Amino acid sequence: MKNKFSIFVIVVFLSFCFVIFYKGLNTQNNYTPKINEKKNIPTFKAKDFDSDNYINSDKIFKENTFYIVNIWASWCVPCRAEHPLLMQLSKIQSAKLIGLNYRDNLDNAKKFINEFGNPYSQIIIDNNGTLSVEFGAYGVPETFLINKNKKIIKKYIGPINKEIVEEIKFIIK
Amino acid sequence: MKLLKIFIILFLSLGLSHLKSDEKNDELKSKILKNIRCLICQGQSVYDSESDFAASVKLIVDKKINDGSKEHEIYDFLREKYGDWIIYDPQLNKNTYILWLLPLLLFLAGGAIIQKKIKK
Repeated sequence: MKNKFSIFVIVVFLSFCFVIFYKGLNTQNNYTPKINEKKNIPTFKAKDFDSDNYINSDKIFKENTFYIVNIWASWCVPCRAEHPLLMQLSKIQSAKLIGLNYRDNLDNAKKFINEFGNPYSQIIIDNNGTLSVEFGAYGVPETFLINKNKKIIKKYIGPINKEIVEEIKFIIK
Repeated sequence: MKLLKIFIILFLSLGLSHLKSDEKNDELKSKILKNIRCLICQGQSVYDSESDFAASVKLIVDKKINDGSKEHEIYDFLREKYGDWIIYDPQLNKNTYILWLLPLLLFLAGGAIIQKKIKK
């Protein structure tokens, strides 16, 4: 009887280990952030790219419309790749595109905009990257879709592609 | 002369207390930064990392400490932005209860076995 009990305990323990390791095999090793959680946009004060004046976030997001916040920098190569798609997104009437210039040299950033075109209705400067942390960003490029209730409803890490543009268009139409 | 002495002592003690509080803040800062995972690095804490992400988080933590935020408030802030993964010390929730309770259960089971053997 005692022997049977010991075997039972060992079998249960080994099955438990098997389940844990089997589950471990099927989960990803790399960290994948949750990107579909609805979060409020942060409140902040940031420097305007064109005027050098400080603006409050409630003035930036004051209209009752969708906003697309794109984090970019002139030194970021994938930002150049996604730029034509941002130019496409800027033509959408029902959303405003806000640029967040991340850890950049202002002169280089201005050259970038002059060379490739300005898709943004407003650009704010994030010199030290702290504003991007307030948004929950990891780096550049990153794009956030904000709904009319001023909640972040989508987060796209890395450069956007045609599928993402279509998805954004579908959500905001 | 006596007044001058008192003034010097007061000045020195104030300066020292300021240094002490700076030291305390630095200790707290490194403690927090060592407990925050650099999300874009492989197996590095924000404290060890030189990445842009880590540099920005360091600035945020520094600012929050200077503003008087408590340690748990800083963790809560980062958790809200990036999820539980950013903190090395996991909290007890539905995803981590096995991690927390299993060692306790094993300890109790082991204790029970030892006690049974001793009684025999």
